[in-house]
Amino acid sequence: MKLNSLTGSTTLRFAVMATMLAIPACARALNGDVGIHDPSTITYDDGKYYVYGTGGGPLVSDDGWTWRRGTVPSRTGAAPDVIHIGDKYFMYIARGYQQPKADVMMIWSKSLDPNSPDYKWNDGGVVASSDGEEDSNAIDPGAFLDPTTGRLWLVYGSYFGYIRLVELDPKTGMRKDPKSKPINLAINCEASDMIYHDGWYYLLATHGSCCAGTSSGYNIRMGRSRHVTGPFLDAEGVDMIQGGGTELIGSGQRKVGPGHFGLLDLGNGVQKFSMHWEADLDRGGASVLDIRPLLWKDGWPVAGENPKEGTYEIHSVHTGTSLAMAVEGSPVGGGRMRQGPGLGPIGVGRPGAGQAGGTRGARPANGGSSGGGGQRAGGGPRPGGGIFGGTGSPIADQTAASVDANWPAGDTGASMENYQLQAQQKWQITAVPDAGGYPGAPYFKITVAGTDRALAATADGELVVRASFTGTPEQLWRLDQLSDGSWRIMPKSQANLKDGMALSAIGASFPTLSKFNAKSDMQHWLLKTP
Amino acid sequence: MTKILRMSLRATILLPLLLLANPVSAATSYGTTLTSPVTPSRVTGADGFIPRWLLLEPIPVNGLTESAVQAMVKKQWFPDQFTVIPKDGQTEAVDDSTLTWHAVDTRLYNVNLYHFAHSLKKPTSNVLFWAVTIVNSPREMKDVRLAIGSNAASVWWLNGEEVVGIYNDRQTVIDDGVSRRLTLKKGPNVVRAAVVNGGGATDFCARFLDENDKPIAGLTITLSRPH
Repeated sequence: MKLNSLTGSTTLRFAVMATMLAIPACARALNGDVGIHDPSTITYDDGKYYVYGTGGGPLVSDDGWTWRRGTVPSRTGAAPDVIHIGDKYFMYIARGYQQPKADVMMIWSKSLDPNSPDYKWNDGGVVASSDGEEDSNAIDPGAFLDPTTGRLWLVYGSYFGYIRLVELDPKTGMRKDPKSKPINLAINCEASDMIYHDGWYYLLATHGSCCAGTSSGYNIRMGRSRHVTGPFLDAEGVDMIQGGGTELIGSGQRKVGPGHFGLLDLGNGVQKFSMHWEADLDRGGASVLDIRPLLWKDGWPVAGENPKEGTYEIHSVHTGTSLAMAVEGSPVGGGRMRQGPGLGPIGVGRPGAGQAGGTRGARPANGGSSGGGGQRAGGGPRPGGGIFGGTGSPIADQTAASVDANWPAGDTGASMENYQLQAQQKWQITAVPDAGGYPGAPYFKITVAGTDRALAATADGELVVRASFTGTPEQLWRLDQLSDGSWRIMPKSQANLKDGMALSAIGASFPTLSKFNAKSDMQHWLLKTP
Repeated sequence: MTKILRMSLRATILLPLLLLANPVSAATSYGTTLTSPVTPSRVTGADGFIPRWLLLEPIPVNGLTESAVQAMVKKQWFPDQFTVIPKDGQTEAVDDSTLTWHAVDTRLYNVNLYHFAHSLKKPTSNVLFWAVTIVNSPREMKDVRLAIGSNAASVWWLNGEEVVGIYNDRQTVIDDGVSRRLTLKKGPNVVRAAVVNGGGATDFCARFLDENDKPIAGLTITLSRPH
């Protein structure tokens, strides 16, 4: 960001704007007091998430969904970044004079929790500077610990010149060789950070102008390199040092100006990223924190989506079958036999086949086209007749109300079936207010669409569909988008359930809960429009 | 090569081997994939599939829906149908027919009921097959699952408890129906199945999965409880 954009009223303005509007939980960029600008990489310490912004402005969360104001550290400034190495949290933060003269300062503490005896910010000193004349503006630091070498690096810079790279000592957090010359990586951007994935280093930086509310042009772009020192080329092969950059995320969904990427690796193959929106229309245009899934496609990061309320088919990547309430289904539009003109006797007219799911259809499926295939429903022509001729008129969607007379009244099991557009195969996913959440989203209930019948975990790690939703933890579900765009679906932790249990397609017809394994597709689910 | 010639060659090669394994009895073939056992037991391999079963000749029925199949299997077709461990060749009086139990080994992962019934000149469509086997576990195994596939509907019991049911017209898919977590007792465990076919091909496969959902090898399969 530009240092001269910071005002003393920033924190107060955030607090007011972030709480002034009532917003549906599913549409929010997080919950609670999320006003922040230039957020640091979210850091976890002893059960809490911490993020720091320009002007101090720290936010704290117990679950990654609902945030509150935290304690301002000993040094404040612009656009800090925090990294945890060993027993220390290193914070890098800009001290400005008159841009582009600036310093990146380091402070460190053994805890981020002000209530901890280890909480004490210590001054480390200057790790990078710009003298006001050179093509550099030493602000917006981003720390990166190379997982392949253990070497610690810092990228920094803003529009006055280059994004630069210097090496730090992971033991002290200070420059490894203060006399070494910084390496230029990119231009025409700021708020840079670096990550590593599968043999590539990715430089993520923010393009566009900041600090202009809904007029902000902020968007996050990236390039990649086989070497930490570059060159970083975008997907079109343009070097970021010549202004290249492939977009990761831009404005949209009533939010303007994403900037300041920070990786939040939750482990077990689940990655998310933090950023701020320069202006969230639902919060009066305030700058707010957000967390989004980080996906990967063809070697490039992709900004995923947090779960959205709606009606879905929950489809197993592993088996190709879909989650259902274990009741006997009713064919949409009424059952028809596999018999008709022109069909020979072999392999057709299988009595059982045509009856599949149809005998309990006491009421016709919604649409009034009950009965066998030989019955006309709406008076239209039926070319050919028989099973291939249809009813002659459109068949309405099957709703729960049209078939639930056939369903048992109490709890039922869960099953998996070939998706046939039947009511027991459609699920309503709805955010549950005040039930807590996880990084990026609240807990949801998953009910058979049009009913209050709720998917629930059992104490022995299996599944049941309760007759009604009561809000207990085993009926609350966490949905995380995985790197391939599919979803991990986990019940809210409870005392008698193993940690890390996720909805699992162990058989083509049987779902269960089992420990999440990122390398298996058994726990990868697609949320498809029914 | 004609089918008859292939069968003749197979018999020429295999029969002596089988006779060597058990020189006092010759194997009966049920189609190309099933033979009567000539050894006291078999052991599940790496893929875990249960290779030896007692099959009752098919009973004429009609219906594949859950309600139809559940009503069908709850009907008493013959005495002790949920507890009997029949002997090879034992007969049951079912309605107006006398049906025979046959012990079979399968050469494949699945048990081809079409081969079984067709070779006996019995109907293959609109029929109910009963199947029984005994899985001998070397130790108690918790959190295992019975995983089955069948063409078409089927219901399964372990030691008398109904543990899996899959319904409607379907083809055999490995691990299509999977039970909740179960315990295999040390020693003999009785697996019983009722498989209902509408028309066309019919078969089933079954295996146990361990607590990590991996097939369980090394289970000894017999057709009678140890004395």
